[in-house]
Amino acid sequence: MSTEALAPFEVRSSLDHCIKCTVCESSCPVAAVTPLFPGPKTVGPQAERFRAGDHSPDLSVDYCSGCGICTRVCPQGVRIAEINSRARAEMKVERGIPMRDQILARPGYMGKAGRPVAPLFNWALANPVVRLLGERIVGVHRKAPVPLAASRSFSYWAGRRRRFLAPRRVVYFHGCSTQHFEPEVGKKVVAVLEHNGFQVLIPKQDCCGLPLQSNGIFGAARRYVERLATQLSVPGTEGLPVIASSTSCGLMLKKEALEILGVEDGHLAEISKRTYDLFEFLLELHERGELRTDFQPVPLTVAYHAPCQQQNQLIGKPALDLLRLVPALRLVEMDRLCCGIAGTYGTKREKYDIAMRVGEPLFADIKTASPDLVACDSETCRWQIAKATGVTAVHPLEVLYRAYGGS
Amino acid sequence: MWSTYPNDQVLPAKFWGCSGMRHDVVVIGAGLAGLTAGIRLAQEGLDVAMFATGHGALPLAPAVVDVLGYAPDRVESPRVALPSFVAQHPEHPYACLSMGVLAASLDWFKELVTPLGYTGSLERNLLLPTALGGLRPTLLAPETMAAGDLGGGGEVLIVGIASYRDFYPKLVAQNLTASAPADGRRIVARAVEVALAGDPRDLRPQLLSRRLEEPAVRSDLARSIRAELGSEAAVGIPAVLGLERSHEVWTDLQRWLERPVFEIPTIPPSLPGQRLQSLLTQLFRSFGGRLQIGNTVLGGQGANGVLESVTVAQASREISVSAGHFLLATGGVGTGGIVVDRKGIPREAVLGLPVTLAGSPSEVNPEYFGPQPVDRIGLAVDERLRPLGDDLGHLFSNLHAAGATLAGAEPWKEKSGHGISLATGFAAAAAILEERG
Repeated sequence: MSTEALAPFEVRSSLDHCIKCTVCESSCPVAAVTPLFPGPKTVGPQAERFRAGDHSPDLSVDYCSGCGICTRVCPQGVRIAEINSRARAEMKVERGIPMRDQILARPGYMGKAGRPVAPLFNWALANPVVRLLGERIVGVHRKAPVPLAASRSFSYWAGRRRRFLAPRRVVYFHGCSTQHFEPEVGKKVVAVLEHNGFQVLIPKQDCCGLPLQSNGIFGAARRYVERLATQLSVPGTEGLPVIASSTSCGLMLKKEALEILGVEDGHLAEISKRTYDLFEFLLELHERGELRTDFQPVPLTVAYHAPCQQQNQLIGKPALDLLRLVPALRLVEMDRLCCGIAGTYGTKREKYDIAMRVGEPLFADIKTASPDLVACDSETCRWQIAKATGVTAVHPLEVLYRAYGGS
Repeated sequence: MWSTYPNDQVLPAKFWGCSGMRHDVVVIGAGLAGLTAGIRLAQEGLDVAMFATGHGALPLAPAVVDVLGYAPDRVESPRVALPSFVAQHPEHPYACLSMGVLAASLDWFKELVTPLGYTGSLERNLLLPTALGGLRPTLLAPETMAAGDLGGGGEVLIVGIASYRDFYPKLVAQNLTASAPADGRRIVARAVEVALAGDPRDLRPQLLSRRLEEPAVRSDLARSIRAELGSEAAVGIPAVLGLERSHEVWTDLQRWLERPVFEIPTIPPSLPGQRLQSLLTQLFRSFGGRLQIGNTVLGGQGANGVLESVTVAQASREISVSAGHFLLATGGVGTGGIVVDRKGIPREAVLGLPVTLAGSPSEVNPEYFGPQPVDRIGLAVDERLRPLGDDLGHLFSNLHAAGATLAGAEPWKEKSGHGISLATGFAAAAAILEERG
């Protein structure tokens, strides 16, 4: 194995390396809590052999959350999660994609629609009657965590601020969540990067297509990610690191669009090599002695959960390494695999309970640690954790921002 | 709009990813050998990073520690049998170790995994039932299995659970009854199958074990077993008695059944193996070790007999990770530590080191259970467990190897696999600690 992304036929043929050892089954967080999902080996390397035609032999693959843990733990290099993502997409094409999934797969539309009427929109999302109707009519579980629309987008803010000029420059890929729901995260990312002497370039950018991909809508997902790759390759930014603060969207650029969607776009292949998870980038700066460490004490207890999509980047837990440098901060590492939400999976009526059971051990550990904050690099995981535990969940960047004296 | 700065001030992408990451020790592989060494080193305060393509064999294996079960006859006391075994097999990994190191590694392990209550000693092998009702001579067993020691014979009830279809109580009972534990001893085993209220027809062990962690479910199980109990002195049950709360589940069953209860290993996946793996990885992290599963190590760079760094694959890049010492614990042919190319030539997978005892690996002995050329392939090492080159000198002064990567053993036949991993992982850590002074 090398770091070159596998071609679509190589992804599929990797199943020939499966020795049926069951390592993936014993690590799968979904199979551990529901009989509806028989496990990654069964629906993947085993069932795949019966998917030669255009017919899906087994509908249970729809219950795969796409967390990707199976691929990560496989000792034989089988791309189990990727094979299952493709099988799910084919099954959905065959059976039709529900309107609910079409909506969940386009968070940008929600954000844009909600923005002009944000107070009303957010009131509606918090209203139990509206949510009950949403569950009955659309199929989004009434208790599922949903983000609130911001009344101003991140790009609105970015376009109106005074530009900070510096010789060292990076491209910031902020993602939809920062754009529409959590612009504060983006503002703090820019502040931290500028504090370390970087000029932050923020090209106009749209969705990476990840929610489309995980909902099996591959055609649109390919168009989205190719469009994003073009947007992030604005002339003058050649070779610059692309910094992603949304860890799942960063993984989309690094690997998933290539191996799951099979995108062969030249821009994307090149950008994937220089895409960095935010804390991966900051930790590298630190290891080279180039990160400012003028940290002020942050007297808080913070429980850190490394989300699946960040772990699938195979970069360790850089946020944990870096935040350990902050004085007075009490960091508690949560040694659990998954919070259950897996993007939009846990918001669906028929999967909400499964997602909550998957996250149960993590929620219990968080409650035991009784932290002031939970830190987690993925937005949907933060929403899930905050909703399930009642503890405020932030991007680890917000803790670093505080350590730099921000408030 | 930002092309006002010349491109030579752009950070070259390649520059990134060549980080200054440096550790005291890099361990490659996260099976029993790698984790043993990693924990030992981290316990001594070293900064240890562990990279592995995926999980090792721990979550599939029965979690007992075999040291020497057959040589070639069944071994009653490994302490008695080992000296002559090693004398007859000078190329065996045990030949690099003293009996003292082996004993120390077993004692250290037992204390390390106290929550799982391992028992046993070098003086005498336990004889535990296998998934098919064979008798396995093994040295250490977790508390949930130890009462299955049938070396003295006895009368046991073998319980199947209807929804767990990968366990065959009749087969186990018949094979146990037909087996010969020791001269003049007999096993009388009877099989029953019980059903848990509300269970579907087919429940995977991960789900079943979690269900049994609910007190009401296990009391239902105990009630069903009690109804079937006769004069049996002990009860054997497939190894699905919980994952995180196995101690509670097992203790409750023993209390309610008023006699010893023992888990019988299952075909993979193995719950006892997962308990052990999860405890060992937690311990490694708790001593400050960093564990990255999913990262394949692609190769290494060295000079003047010193390995300086290894290349580690991430999602879209490679990074170079340097360390003072390195440990190869990548397993054998079965787990990809040793690979055989299309021409039938075997080599060690990560660094391309030469392997020994290869014979002609593409040849297969038609006698299935006979000696196979592929079995004993692996790295030859010096007395400090450093891999040797073709000239029989060590290749790198700071590279050690442990576990199934080593040449000379036939673990499945000898029943020595976990023992070799544990003892050589322990000894490699000791060698590294000594070299660091």
